[in-house]
Amino acid sequence: MNAMPPRNTPGSAYNFAYLDEATKRMIRRAILKALAIPGHQIPFGAREMPLPYGWGTGGIQVTAAILGPRDVLKVIDQGADDTTNAVSIRAFFAKVAGIATTTRTAEATIIQTRHRIPERPLTEGQVMVFQVPMPEPLFRLEPRLAETRRLHALGDYSLAQVKLYEDIAKQGEAGTSYNHPVMVAGRYLMSPSPIPGFDNPKLHNSPAIMLFGAGREKKIYAVPPYTAVESLDFDDHPFRPMRAPHACSACGSTTSYLDEIVADDQGGRIYVCSDTDHCRENQTP
Amino acid sequence: MYVAVKGGEAAIEAAHAWLAERRRGDAALPALSPEQIEQQLGLAVDRVMAEGSCYDRGLAALAIQQARGDLIEAAFLLRAYRNTLSRFAACEPVDTGAMRVQRRISATYKDLPGGQVLGPTFDYTHRLLDFALAAEGIAAPQEAEASEAPMPRVTELLAREGLMARDAPDDGAPPPDLTREPLPFPTPRALRLQSLARGDEGFLLGMGYSTQRGYGNAHPFVAELRMGEVEVILAPPELGFAVSIGDVTVTECQMVNQFAGSATTPPQFTRGYGLTMGHGERKAMAMALVDRALMAPDLGEDATAPAQQAEFVLLHADNVEATGFVEHLKLPHHVDFQSELEKIRSIRARWEEKA
Amino acid sequence: MKPGFSDPVFGAQSGFAALMNAMARPGRIQDCNALHEPPPGLDPAAAAALLTLADAETPLWTDAEGEARDWIAFHTGAPLVEDVARAQFLLATRAMPALASVDLGTDETPQDSATLIVQVATLDDASGWRLTGPGIQHEHRLTVTGLPADFAVQWARNRTHFPRGVDVVLCAGTRLAGLPRTTRITEDR
Repeated sequence: MNAMPPRNTPGSAYNFAYLDEATKRMIRRAILKALAIPGHQIPFGAREMPLPYGWGTGGIQVTAAILGPRDVLKVIDQGADDTTNAVSIRAFFAKVAGIATTTRTAEATIIQTRHRIPERPLTEGQVMVFQVPMPEPLFRLEPRLAETRRLHALGDYSLAQVKLYEDIAKQGEAGTSYNHPVMVAGRYLMSPSPIPGFDNPKLHNSPAIMLFGAGREKKIYAVPPYTAVESLDFDDHPFRPMRAPHACSACGSTTSYLDEIVADDQGGRIYVCSDTDHCRENQTP
Repeated sequence: MYVAVKGGEAAIEAAHAWLAERRRGDAALPALSPEQIEQQLGLAVDRVMAEGSCYDRGLAALAIQQARGDLIEAAFLLRAYRNTLSRFAACEPVDTGAMRVQRRISATYKDLPGGQVLGPTFDYTHRLLDFALAAEGIAAPQEAEASEAPMPRVTELLAREGLMARDAPDDGAPPPDLTREPLPFPTPRALRLQSLARGDEGFLLGMGYSTQRGYGNAHPFVAELRMGEVEVILAPPELGFAVSIGDVTVTECQMVNQFAGSATTPPQFTRGYGLTMGHGERKAMAMALVDRALMAPDLGEDATAPAQQAEFVLLHADNVEATGFVEHLKLPHHVDFQSELEKIRSIRARWEEKA
Repeated sequence: MKPGFSDPVFGAQSGFAALMNAMARPGRIQDCNALHEPPPGLDPAAAAALLTLADAETPLWTDAEGEARDWIAFHTGAPLVEDVARAQFLLATRAMPALASVDLGTDETPQDSATLIVQVATLDDASGWRLTGPGIQHEHRLTVTGLPADFAVQWARNRTHFPRGVDVVLCAGTRLAGLPRTTRITEDR
């Protein structure tokens, strides 16, 4: 019976994937409505997780609500599987759900991410789960949530358009280089999470399901597969994704997003792929 | 090749080991026990229970020890634990009027039924470091008795005279739960008080203080501040009668404020309310000030000061949320920073062309 | 009374996987066979959908009667309501309530709208309606038997309220398909 406390997974003090079943149901209901209203932020009763707010508690709750025993989970932070927070979240799910994990994008059924979308094109069997710090795309322009909720209802995004117009007038291009807002299915302005603008085009018409979880701000939103996702821009100033104009010093890629690394105290720089799995694949003959 | 900010499981494990060593400190000294913390650092335990929203002195003491005395970290540990507990029922509202009072003061009357009870307070101590404490340890105190005298609430005395705004009566609806639903705006008072009750003492203190300094139109008086034990009563429908499941210590502050009245409401006093788990006077008082400040829009008062903005106050009062988001800036952000680098280089190049 | 999921945790997870894919890929038929012994009158997919999503926090309307109704009340714990407009979930086993009669949410809170689960006779995605919209690359086809004759007309009206609107889950046997409010239905002439 759904009202009863759930059973625990054998051998664990916690329920499968940590969250209790009532919490999973609440999150699942939010995810279904999020998919039905692409780009609209759904408030949800985010729980206190055993990891700090800001470390991906929203993404973790979404992953926990969708994860099944046959899923293969990949966790990346800054594109890399071996960054400390990615290691920590992957270990958390290995511990509380006992599921298989991978560093290979191609093998993953769920990819939880902070700040990147993998370079390798996603497929229909995959779900991306984004960790979101500030889900409201207008928050720098209008911090009051009651007001932004009204603007979303009206589809009034003039604040964002005026800001973009002023940026272009003053400095010749958009001021945002990451977390650049997108229009979803022509209706809702959405924060793509702090991914670099370089990754924005990967959201457009992707075969994968894109889920976004903001734990501290208690919002879930989604982009279904094959949905129009357009970066906010003007016809005469089209959105321009940017990357460092160099080749990866490890795999030689000239198309991937690069980390710039200070190599010496003379100001020398080297560039390597931010997506560690992509770089590995490129280096494999 | 040097690769920045990447570390694996080994690095994390080493960090945890180092943390454990620091926690223990000098091994030549005896280790603390959670029992000692619970008994001898009781006000820290109270604060962690309040901000951790979980009344368990033993677990709060353990959390303080595990957190090396970092009280926000301890509150976080307690909350994460609390979140895994099953919910069986909601208790009946605690009756602070029937409190077994250890401390009770009113600033609005010189004397009143039940009297002024100073209780265990720092108020009249001289803040001189007590070197004897270090040399001789803490002397065993005399057993203090909780007061059994009936102590009517001061605000009730005012209400009988028609001078105190009545709060909305209990409509019998199940209480909303801040930890299960996201906070709505505008926020019902029950949720607002829940949010303030678990809010950061320092944040609320600063907010409350600001209302006294002209940011918000406050004329507060402490009608009553009381601390003591109250009974927690559970009335499960399947049982058909109420049972006491134990006592908890709480601190309650009722702060009265003048209200000029409006076309429909006569001039009267209004009440700011503060209630916190354990002994936490500063918190209860600050909470009462902020609660009253947040009534401004409902009373038709100007709401221009920070403490009167519900979104601003309630969304920034939670120290577990706040510390997470501030401290998350420690996490690698090099992907975003890289895009900022490219952006600033691009804008800079255009600027130099023009110059 | 018939049992619920033989494994509450993984039953609900697999039920949800079917529902999520159904909502994400409108009209694509998903297998949903996590519930082995539904009560008489309920399809396995429809009963599993309710077990997966409904609980004490979700007012539920259904026209199911007798054992099926008792089963729903017991296993979900959801408060059963008579008023269609007050339900967060609706399960229609016979005549479907009019789409316009359920809660469509508000412009600020369109997520508060109802989800309507309809047991239909058959689902076939080889031919029939042409579905387009988010979640669909080019078009999906869907033939449904057992819906009101004017369903497509009701649906077209539902779409005009966007972002308000009801979302529909169609269930037949152990199969289900989703129609989120964004989906456009074109009938072949």
